[in-house]
Amino acid sequence: MIELENVAYSYGGGDLLTDISLRLQAGSFHFLTGPSGAGKSTFLKLCYMELAASKGLVQVFGQDVATLGRDQIAFARRRIGVVHQECQFLDHLSVAENIALPLTVSGKDVAAERQNLADLIGWVGLTKQQNQLPPELSGGERQRAALARAVIMGPDVILADEPTGNVDWEMSQRLMSLLIELNKMGKSVLVATHDLTLIRNTKAQVSARVLRIKDRKLQLAGADL
Amino acid sequence: MSKLHKLRNAAATMTELVAGDRAADRVVPPTGFTATLTTFTAGAMAFLAVFALALSLATGRLAERWASELAQTSTVRISAPLEEIEAQTLAAQEVLRTTPGVVRSRIMSEEEQMLLLEPWFGPDLPLEDLPIPRLIEVVEDEEGYDAAGLRLRLAGEAPGAFLDDHTRWRRPLVEAANRLRSLGWIAIALIGLSTAAMITLAARAALAANAQVIRVTRLVGARDVYIARAFVRRFTIRALLGAAVGTIAGCIAVALLPSAADAGAFLTGLGFRGWHWLWPLTIPPLAALVAFWATRSAALRTLNEVT
Repeated sequence: MIELENVAYSYGGGDLLTDISLRLQAGSFHFLTGPSGAGKSTFLKLCYMELAASKGLVQVFGQDVATLGRDQIAFARRRIGVVHQECQFLDHLSVAENIALPLTVSGKDVAAERQNLADLIGWVGLTKQQNQLPPELSGGERQRAALARAVIMGPDVILADEPTGNVDWEMSQRLMSLLIELNKMGKSVLVATHDLTLIRNTKAQVSARVLRIKDRKLQLAGADL
Repeated sequence: MSKLHKLRNAAATMTELVAGDRAADRVVPPTGFTATLTTFTAGAMAFLAVFALALSLATGRLAERWASELAQTSTVRISAPLEEIEAQTLAAQEVLRTTPGVVRSRIMSEEEQMLLLEPWFGPDLPLEDLPIPRLIEVVEDEEGYDAAGLRLRLAGEAPGAFLDDHTRWRRPLVEAANRLRSLGWIAIALIGLSTAAMITLAARAALAANAQVIRVTRLVGARDVYIARAFVRRFTIRALLGAAVGTIAGCIAVALLPSAADAGAFLTGLGFRGWHWLWPLTIPPLAALVAFWATRSAALRTLNEVT
């Protein structure tokens, strides 16, 4: 699905990430942890092609990202659902329209997908809020809306950047349950988080690998978790 | 990107533009001042374009008229002592009658000469007291006559007769009219370029104001052409509407110009005649086309600058 081989990313003359290698396989569940500023978000951005690697090879769905044109990147992004740390919505569109945005921009008939959209909105528990504008939602509701938007195209991979960062414990458990459910449906999931308790709780429910960024490098987390 | 691919994208954008997509239109929020600016600019430019068009067409007509009307007439002026003037006039007429290329010639009456002098000397000119030369109007055929040969013959037969074939002053007049016509077209081209420049600036401002929209739509898989289309459609429609209003206003203003009977000067010819009134109809679609290309190239360039 997504493969990084000896990847480095530099910014402003300094290396943020070096010698990163990872293969994200179909149906896998990964956690990515590390202190704030370690480069977790940068790592995810490399995976969904918002940033280009300074060195090394990034392959998405078997294609070298460096050789992809802008349109090809757009098509590849439709197969990757992203839940951002700061949920990025279009504030002039309703929650339902925001969730349907990937369908709209890919030219799909949103009206024909109305039932699927309603089911998805119900799945994340936002039926009552679907006509509200994003600024009217709570932190947890925004995260759930972001998750719904990330999965509406039926992506093969879901990348979540601190999806539980702005929500209480109960809501974070609910969000993780949704991600586990998606993983059980065969989606690859990669969650970047610094919340070790959340990782421990989730590992009890699903087989997940835990990766850690330390000293700009990616390593498998050990028993210290 | 190959030329064929670019053309295909442009054709797809045109099709989308006409068909419209309500959901896609809603992705970009309404932009207040750029909308007003674009509509106003297109309207003002269309208004000016109507006048430039009217100027071009009027000067074109003028140049053609001067060229055709004056090209086939000339004048023989007889300046001789009073006692010789009749004899020299007859001699000059005889020369003209036997000159190949001259269709007819006639002596201008005192009334006609009076009318020619009236604008300078007033209506009650005592023509008989003034040493006014006798004038003979010469009308030539399509092929014309040999002016140099005629001058030589006149010098021999009627030494006081001088041929004026209007070339000296007709040519600069026709040249001036042609130049005015060119200036009119240049003005139209400049108006088109200015419209493109203004719309480009407005489009870039709109794109900058919608950086978040661009970022979000890209992250969920929008292609550059999709994002560009949302802006292109909006600016093209605004330009079309603004230009339509400007064109109508311009046509009304041209129609309200004073008629020839009121003023009788060059400006009274400024306007459209007959089917020329159809020309302004081309302004709104041309403005829309300019807006389409200006916005599309500005949007794609801007999107290309963003990773």
